[in-house]
Amino acid sequence: MRETLRYVASRLATTFLIVLGAMILLFALSALVPGDPATALLGPAATPEYVQRFIQEMGLDQPWYRRLFSFMANVFVGNLGTDVLSGQPVTQIIANVLPYTFILTFTSIGLAVAFGVPLGCYAATHRGSLLDHLLAFVSVAFIAIPSFVIAIFLLLIFAIWLDWLPVMGAGEAGNWLDQAQRLILPTIALSVGWIGFIARLVRSSMLETMGENFIRLSRAYGLSNRLITYKYALKNACIPTLAVLGMGVGRLLGGAVLVEIVFSRPGLGRLMFDAISTRNFPVLQGTVLVVVLIFVLTNLLVDLSYAAIDPRIRRQGSR
Amino acid sequence: MTAFAATRATFARILSGPGGIVGTVIIVLVVGSAIFAPLVVTHDPDALDILNRFSGPSAAHWLGTDNLGRDLYSRLVYGARVAMMVALFAIGSALVVGTLLGMLAASLNARGERLLLIVFDIISSFPSLVLALAVVAVFGPSTALVTAIVAVTLMPHFGRVARAQMLTLRHAPFIEAERLIGASPVRIALSHILPNIAGPLVVLASIDIPVVITIEAGLSFIGLGVRPPLASWGTLIYDGYAYLSDSRVPVIVASAALAIATLGFTLFGEALRDAVDPRLDREGR
Repeated sequence: MRETLRYVASRLATTFLIVLGAMILLFALSALVPGDPATALLGPAATPEYVQRFIQEMGLDQPWYRRLFSFMANVFVGNLGTDVLSGQPVTQIIANVLPYTFILTFTSIGLAVAFGVPLGCYAATHRGSLLDHLLAFVSVAFIAIPSFVIAIFLLLIFAIWLDWLPVMGAGEAGNWLDQAQRLILPTIALSVGWIGFIARLVRSSMLETMGENFIRLSRAYGLSNRLITYKYALKNACIPTLAVLGMGVGRLLGGAVLVEIVFSRPGLGRLMFDAISTRNFPVLQGTVLVVVLIFVLTNLLVDLSYAAIDPRIRRQGSR
Repeated sequence: MTAFAATRATFARILSGPGGIVGTVIIVLVVGSAIFAPLVVTHDPDALDILNRFSGPSAAHWLGTDNLGRDLYSRLVYGARVAMMVALFAIGSALVVGTLLGMLAASLNARGERLLLIVFDIISSFPSLVLALAVVAVFGPSTALVTAIVAVTLMPHFGRVARAQMLTLRHAPFIEAERLIGASPVRIALSHILPNIAGPLVVLASIDIPVVITIEAGLSFIGLGVRPPLASWGTLIYDGYAYLSDSRVPVIVASAALAIATLGFTLFGEALRDAVDPRLDREGR
């Protein structure tokens, strides 16, 4: 019990430090924006009086430590600042596009697990078969080829050449069928690499588990092969898969940026890209922070559930 | 076994499987084009020929021309050069800095070690592409910046492996013997431990090459990496994608080149890993 508490406490502390580090880094970057931030944001047409008022409103005349402090204090109460161009709160802008990225990420993870786990299971139980060899090659190809390249090929083949699916954008609001159709290609593009990855991981960890003593013992007791494979071996094979999914969320978010741009879908990636093109640093800063938060919290969640499933992790402490 | 014989044995093992052979052929082609780019191209990669834009593959232009009539084959060859330069400098510096920091972490007291590990954790906790976006937004896109960002995000990989390897070696009899005859810790670390932990680090470096190629191409694709007119696979894909309605050839050719290159380096890296140590920790890859 004390071990568990200590593990949870140390993971929470590390997570807090990481978020703090991210905030300091983002603040330092915002201070490094070349030129004076007021003219950079307002554009050359702004009158000197307006620039002056803006500087005071944004607190840009304050010393850096006060600005850092108020930045952090605001973040903790959920205030990410105001977008100068549209006048909307940054939190609101992010909340508007967040569902699109979440849907894309979750359907991709779902698809990757739905295909990767059975394929890996089959390969492990039919080791050396034709499908096992084929899967070994295909999964390397899936893992190696960048998701935005897969996105471009899918776009060329299924949207332009065969003209089977509508692409570009997320679809009309309220039209579920249209939205679902436009989700298909981006989801496949993002999940293909993870299907290969999960299939390989499940295969190798199942093979490893199948050689362990407790499996041999269950065999000696005369338990059925089916029970051994699916109940014991698969359960153990799921532990590394879970860990990888935690890491995967971050990479998926990174990949989603490019895939959203290829398919012109709204989302966090598209928002960051547009913020960079218009040099809108408050929006970019807020979005990056939200992405880091999602990433860090998923990792925390995965690590804790990982420790709950496998007691060996707790005993090691945090490395 | 001498170092030369060991290297030869490793290569023989890489070439013993189909994946290793395909991977080696691809990387020889890519690295060869990168090094000998001026000798193997058929045209100046930046020479414009507006009248001949979007011409399909022909004897004069092997893979056709792009939106400004530039020769696609020659641009792809120079794109290989950019990708290899970024990979070389990014992975090289990540390897050197990461290994030194990892070895330092292994030799420090518990508090110093923990601090360095937390730094590694913080860096790994940034989704690297997103970090790149924030930095590029401030400093503007450039090849050097892309290289530096990739180097920083890869550094913890090498740091963790170097630390773990050094911890397992620290109490090996031959290291204890060095310590007893009075060799300085720096000398022990650099001339006795380093050569013995180099294998896994080199494997990690080769597995990271396709990752770096992907990040460089991805950033260049959205205009935040290598700047035009310099030919990078990412900018070539973008140019093709932007003019998709005029011709599908450029985007297909450039995407295929990137896909083949990343596949080749991945196959080679995995064959190298299996050849050096089949049970090497995969670090969740």
